[in-house]
Amino acid sequence: MMDPTVRSPDANPGPRLDTRITDPALRILIDQVEAARAAGAQLRIRGGGTKDFYGEPPQGEILDTTVLEGISSYEPTELVVTARCGTSLATLEAALAEKNQYLPFEPPHFGPGSTVGGMVAAGLSGPPRASVGAVRDYVLGATLLNGRAEVLSFGGQVMKNVAGYDVSRLLAGSLGTLGVILEVSLKVLPLAPATATVRFELAQISAMQKINEWSGLPLPINASAWWDGMLVVRLRGALAAVQSALVALGGDVIEPTQAIAFWRGLRNQSDEYFVKARQAVEQGGALWRLSVPPTAPPLAVTGEQLIEWGGAQRWLCSAAPADSVRDAAMRVGGHATLFMSNDKSAGAFAPLRAPLDRIHRELKKSFDPQGVFNPGRLYPDL
Amino acid sequence: MNAPLPALVTDATATADDTTAAAPAPAGPDAPSADQRAQRRAQVVAELAPLLPAHALLSRSEDTVPYECDGLTAYRQQPLVVVLPETEDQVAAVLRACDRLGVPVVARGAGTGLSGGALPHALGVTLSLAKFNRILKVDVLARTATVQCGVRNLAISEAAAPYGLYYAPDPSSQIACSIGGNVAENSGGVHCLKYGLTVHNVLRVRGYTGQGEPVEFGSEALDAAGLDLMSVLVGSEGMLAVVTEVTVKLVPKPLLARCIMASFDDIRQAGDAVANVIAAGIIPAGLEMMDKPMTAAVEDFVHAGYDLNAQAILLCESDGTPEEVAEEIGRMLDVLAGSGASRMEVSKDEAQRLRFWSGRKNAFPASGRISPDYMCMDSTIPRRRLADILLAIGEMEKKYGLRCANVFHAGDGNLHPLILFDANDPDQLHRCELFGADILETSVAMGGSVTGEHGVGVEKLSSMCVQFSDAEREQMTAVKRAFDPAGLLNPGKVIPTLVRCAEYGRMHVKRGLLPFADIPRF
Repeated sequence: MMDPTVRSPDANPGPRLDTRITDPALRILIDQVEAARAAGAQLRIRGGGTKDFYGEPPQGEILDTTVLEGISSYEPTELVVTARCGTSLATLEAALAEKNQYLPFEPPHFGPGSTVGGMVAAGLSGPPRASVGAVRDYVLGATLLNGRAEVLSFGGQVMKNVAGYDVSRLLAGSLGTLGVILEVSLKVLPLAPATATVRFELAQISAMQKINEWSGLPLPINASAWWDGMLVVRLRGALAAVQSALVALGGDVIEPTQAIAFWRGLRNQSDEYFVKARQAVEQGGALWRLSVPPTAPPLAVTGEQLIEWGGAQRWLCSAAPADSVRDAAMRVGGHATLFMSNDKSAGAFAPLRAPLDRIHRELKKSFDPQGVFNPGRLYPDL
Repeated sequence: MNAPLPALVTDATATADDTTAAAPAPAGPDAPSADQRAQRRAQVVAELAPLLPAHALLSRSEDTVPYECDGLTAYRQQPLVVVLPETEDQVAAVLRACDRLGVPVVARGAGTGLSGGALPHALGVTLSLAKFNRILKVDVLARTATVQCGVRNLAISEAAAPYGLYYAPDPSSQIACSIGGNVAENSGGVHCLKYGLTVHNVLRVRGYTGQGEPVEFGSEALDAAGLDLMSVLVGSEGMLAVVTEVTVKLVPKPLLARCIMASFDDIRQAGDAVANVIAAGIIPAGLEMMDKPMTAAVEDFVHAGYDLNAQAILLCESDGTPEEVAEEIGRMLDVLAGSGASRMEVSKDEAQRLRFWSGRKNAFPASGRISPDYMCMDSTIPRRRLADILLAIGEMEKKYGLRCANVFHAGDGNLHPLILFDANDPDQLHRCELFGADILETSVAMGGSVTGEHGVGVEKLSSMCVQFSDAEREQMTAVKRAFDPAGLLNPGKVIPTLVRCAEYGRMHVKRGLLPFADIPRF
């Protein structure tokens, strides 16, 4: 077997000199994939395991990505950080914070073990997603171990790059079905100079009207949440911009420590709404994530809702039949994910229609012809 | 059922009877003969004529010649036929017919692309989407616009302007380029660092597969179920699907924008100033650099008041509320002064701001005035290497005996060196190509990419061999196959064949230019 760290001299020089992985741990992962291929076995790619509940139930022998860890390069003036898959998300964010930078999409930490690879594979973004973009918007490049045990790099460490198909962004939210995300380069941003949180007592319809109107004005709206008659809005940007927005919007200013705790609870799903939702799940209920156009009318489903992203992400804790929830989302141009439930027989993700289903199957085959990685994690037949 | 057909030409640079490709495109061994083309044309016309109004099907040479190239005029190839469908049903019908016949389809928007992405195929149909020019909906509350693919980039912002909204990505060709083309190329512009590329500003794309099935990627929600196919579709240069309709995000128009023009006596200081601005936690709305030769060329053209003694000029823009802009301009001035700027001027009003930008926006036509021809490159590098690459390009000017003027989207590390030459002199053209390839390969060696925003098309096929390994390119080919199993959508673009890369590698070793040929891969 050829040493993966050495290329034949007649081959072309590979891309992006400074993203090449020299870590011996890479060998462990490649060996495991090759062994699984030879044995016709299947692998379940796992970092911290904090998102085992997400998607369809994991199957296969565990491939532990935490062996490949560490920040490979971080150049604050480039606004780019490159980290191995097993790097703890907390470690990454602490390194960024030291240089007054951060991941603007605020990915959730569902536990202390959350990893960079898991963050990209799950593709989940936090409260500011509507105004700053999602995980995939910050992915600049990735190195992937595909189902043929090949190590491939796509994208890079630069802001603009249209050389070939943008495979690296496709990995965000792929739930490990296309391969092991070995290393990613992410765009980061400087922390904003000012943040403030205000709240308004508003019913759902008026709250959604207001937040969408405000989002169309040159105001530094960064995040929003509505639950139980209360709209909470976070402003973030230049000091002058936040101050003038506070005057323009009115509302009750929430004291900073309380506000920080509120947004953290929302981001990591540790606040009251999600605690109750998990209790309901224990008792046979379900937590749904409905992704809909922000201005979609209130959904015709029963259950407790928490609305984020200016109306575009609606959490629903409900025991309603899966079909009725999926229909309600589809009728307004969205889709519903069975985010947390002890019974996922209705499918974790909304079914795909032709020809998207065919493209999904063919893509999966193109990366992982033998179906080694995360079988059935995204869709049962994928 | 497939009709019998001549061997498909998979290398788009292959020439044919009525091809006038410039020097870089040698006639391929598979180039079809005039007879083959005539026979094939008759077959295709017979098949397509019942599907379209007569005026929407062009097959006479004088009608198809305007389509022989896009913005990259050095490569030319007349298509077999050009179709200009007016409805989505016609698009679907044309695609189904071409699929049946096994005829390649090259989708074309406004034809402003700079890398030959819309270069016709010698045995293919050029599918012009120019008639899809309607703005279907501006949803003010949701801040989206749904438009047909042929709508011009700037027309979207114009339609949104009454509501205080605009479409952020602004490629230099925004007066003419279409949103469908922007999706195909993942177009950028001068405000990308702060506002993102096309991929960050598109919500939903409707189109057709190579087999003519309707397909939708993304949605009016912020994500769609399954894999994020939209992210790979954007920038795929018309090779995965044909786009007919696009829903874009609109963002609030900033109340005010002001621009600083800063002069530097030293290239390295200017490069460092760019890094220092970012290090200070500032994300400028735009951050552009011009070197001395470029400044001289544009000043003569637009009289913007540029400092002709400066080795480099930076344009640094802030936008937002008046208070925000005042605060940020103050911080920017401090950083630029601390980085050694020899002169700084802040725009006093909108007219002056636009004057500052006029030179940057006219860099290409201005270059046309000082040289018979120029070749525009489009690589990216990490920002910290700006000075290094400028100095390296200075050395290359001596090596290849040609001048080069430089403009940069400095904030993004995206270079647009303009190599000046005279195409009537074959030796100059040859040296220009070597010069260009050298810039691209040096960019890759510095950790960058061979194309930042113009795309690969046919122009940078060989450079793709340098940036990606065989296995990486093979994976990209497999991605195309997943979307387009018959391989009929814009074949021969973006991903070079293994054979081509092997030949390019041999040529390079001979020239001794291959950088770091013996370094380990990982």
